Amino acid sequence: MNIDNNQLLRFTTAGSVDDGKSTLIGRLLYDSKSIFQDQINAVENSSKQKGLESIDLAMFTDGLRDEREQGITIDVAYRYFTTPKRKFIIADTPGHIQYTRNMVTGASTANVALILIDARHGVIEQTRRHAFIASLLNIPHIIVCVNKMDLVDYDEQVYNTIVKDFEEFSSKMLTRDITFIPMSALNGDNVVHRSEHMNWYPAAPLLYTLETLHISSDLNKLDLRFPVQTVLRPQLQGFEDYRGYAGRLSSGVVRVGDEITALPSGFTSKIASINVGEQEVKEAFAPMSVAITLQDDIDIARGDMIVRSNNQPELSQEFDVMVCWLNEKPSQPRKKYKIMHANNEQVCMIRQKVYKLDIETLKREETTEEFHMNEIGRMTFKTSKALMIDTYRENRITGSVILVDEQTHETVAAGMIV
Amino acid sequence: MNKFYLDYLEELESEAMYVIREVWAQFEKPVILFSGGKDSIVVTHLAQKAFYPARIPFKLMHVDTGHNFPETIAFRDAIAKEKNVEMIVASVQESIDTGRVQEEKGKNATRNALQTTTLLDAIEKHGIDCAIGGARRDEEKARAKERFFSHRDDFGQWDPKNQRPELWNILNGHHYQGEHFRAFPISNWTEMDVWNYINREQIKIPNLYLAHERKVVWMNDAWIPYSEYLSHVDTKDVVTKKIRFRTLGDITITGGMESDADTIDKIILEVAALKQTERGNRSDDKRSETAMEDRKKQGYF
Repeated sequence: MNIDNNQLLRFTTAGSVDDGKSTLIGRLLYDSKSIFQDQINAVENSSKQKGLESIDLAMFTDGLRDEREQGITIDVAYRYFTTPKRKFIIADTPGHIQYTRNMVTGASTANVALILIDARHGVIEQTRRHAFIASLLNIPHIIVCVNKMDLVDYDEQVYNTIVKDFEEFSSKMLTRDITFIPMSALNGDNVVHRSEHMNWYPAAPLLYTLETLHISSDLNKLDLRFPVQTVLRPQLQGFEDYRGYAGRLSSGVVRVGDEITALPSGFTSKIASINVGEQEVKEAFAPMSVAITLQDDIDIARGDMIVRSNNQPELSQEFDVMVCWLNEKPSQPRKKYKIMHANNEQVCMIRQKVYKLDIETLKREETTEEFHMNEIGRMTFKTSKALMIDTYRENRITGSVILVDEQTHETVAAGMIV
Repeated sequence: MNKFYLDYLEELESEAMYVIREVWAQFEKPVILFSGGKDSIVVTHLAQKAFYPARIPFKLMHVDTGHNFPETIAFRDAIAKEKNVEMIVASVQESIDTGRVQEEKGKNATRNALQTTTLLDAIEKHGIDCAIGGARRDEEKARAKERFFSHRDDFGQWDPKNQRPELWNILNGHHYQGEHFRAFPISNWTEMDVWNYINREQIKIPNLYLAHERKVVWMNDAWIPYSEYLSHVDTKDVVTKKIRFRTLGDITITGGMESDADTIDKIILEVAALKQTERGNRSDDKRSETAMEDRKKQGYF
């Protein structure tokens, strides 16, 4: 297939249980002809068995046995579709009680968050919460889908009130790019096709918006951050002295000849070569996976970072982090966790809780209590060795960490460096 | 003005190389599960790219059911030679001979389910702590839930309710002794992406994927290749057709489709117009609505 604007766009959906998330995804897949006939047949059969008149679009996204039996979505699932303009990855997150943890997981890699609002109910607490998390995770674009317009007679006034309400509280959010679209996922109004019922809405339907959204600037292309994943020493004929550093650029651009500094050692050198597999290139940029060599032999290992000499991250052993607790076991002060950050791993301790956020009211709550699953708050971390950190706001990759329980090996927390 | 963005294939490639390097960095004894199918061929190609100019630092492992296409075995051996890597062969026949598993009986008997025991035995025998596979989330609804790093307990079991959340690009491979991981670098690829990538990178694939004349039998709504293992088949039902295979599994269960697509370009055009999912012709998935999930919970690839 020839794709003319052939970028990859990752989006996530947020909404409460009955806002029609699964129906919207089903509609997007169905109307963009991204579902195979055998899948349609299967869903048609199941819909008939349930006694439904038309097909239940939500069934395209519920996969596991327990989900079908209990009618719930257990965990993040990923869906794919391609149009002549773009390839899309949907992180399909459940809207249940565990929404925070799941939303954080789905949102961590997303370019766009779709926030669903039921037109009958307008902006509710849940909407504020979702928008807040999207903003906290620094998702570059938000599309507010005012859904179920068919149930309010496609009334322009209802839509305008919701837009006004949302804009009022979103003025404090980090995300600058917010789009509003009135739609009915159930009937297909303004999802893939323009609605005949809402001539008062002049802009494009959802799919066109997703296809044309400018995402090239979503990644930071200013600050060179090259965390080293592994060192390549082939010791093969012709490559006896080759010593390459393999990794994926977190941000920025690197060119042959650039002066660089290796952290944490602080040694400097120049870029001698850049390779993508066998192919030698003159420059590379985020998010490319490359292997680079330097003009000088300096000691660099996994977890070290190559940066531009005049633009360096902070080397720090103590820093503040916005944390979302993911695990059933609550946080324990003074317990040692493994901290994973940009291919680096150290030991970490929670030194101090600055505040916990009341996710219902979004108010700060001074507390010394432990953090439970799905809770969000600010903490101070102390690590065994200095990490090379940026703030999450400037860099989603070098500004993020996870905590791993040393006993269970489970990922217990996601953190964004403040 | 330079373009400072990757197209979707370049981005998927970069992501997969990153995942493969993380496996190498975080595990002691990883292998690539190599079936001879297009997905494991692509994964092997990506591994080569990820470590160039060094050799692929993994061994490959083939779970050999004994019911193979002869072309698959020839291709497997050629790859090991060309890439200069060791190929571990784990044999289902051996598992049957030693009484570890029992062969299914009846008309639709296959060795598909038996692979799980052989795979888990081989993982234990060789001390493998991570098996890299070419599974894609678009293949099947149970696979849509997979992580890049997918944890297996010491019985080799997958628990879909107890998966580690994966955030940003941080992959957590920590585990107890005896547990292992499955890693899926091309999770985010679709069938179409794989073909476009094979085309762009000029990757060699077995001719089975290209349309060719072959003796086949109509069984379970598909053209099943005729082979010595189809003992129940009446030879007068065997016909010669121009077919190709969309996926490759055991020769006893892989359904071919009638096709004239004898080049990668033609395959891409054909796949774009297809109305059936890729695994629609795999009888192992048709046994029940959650056949794949049930097998995966037990440790199936």
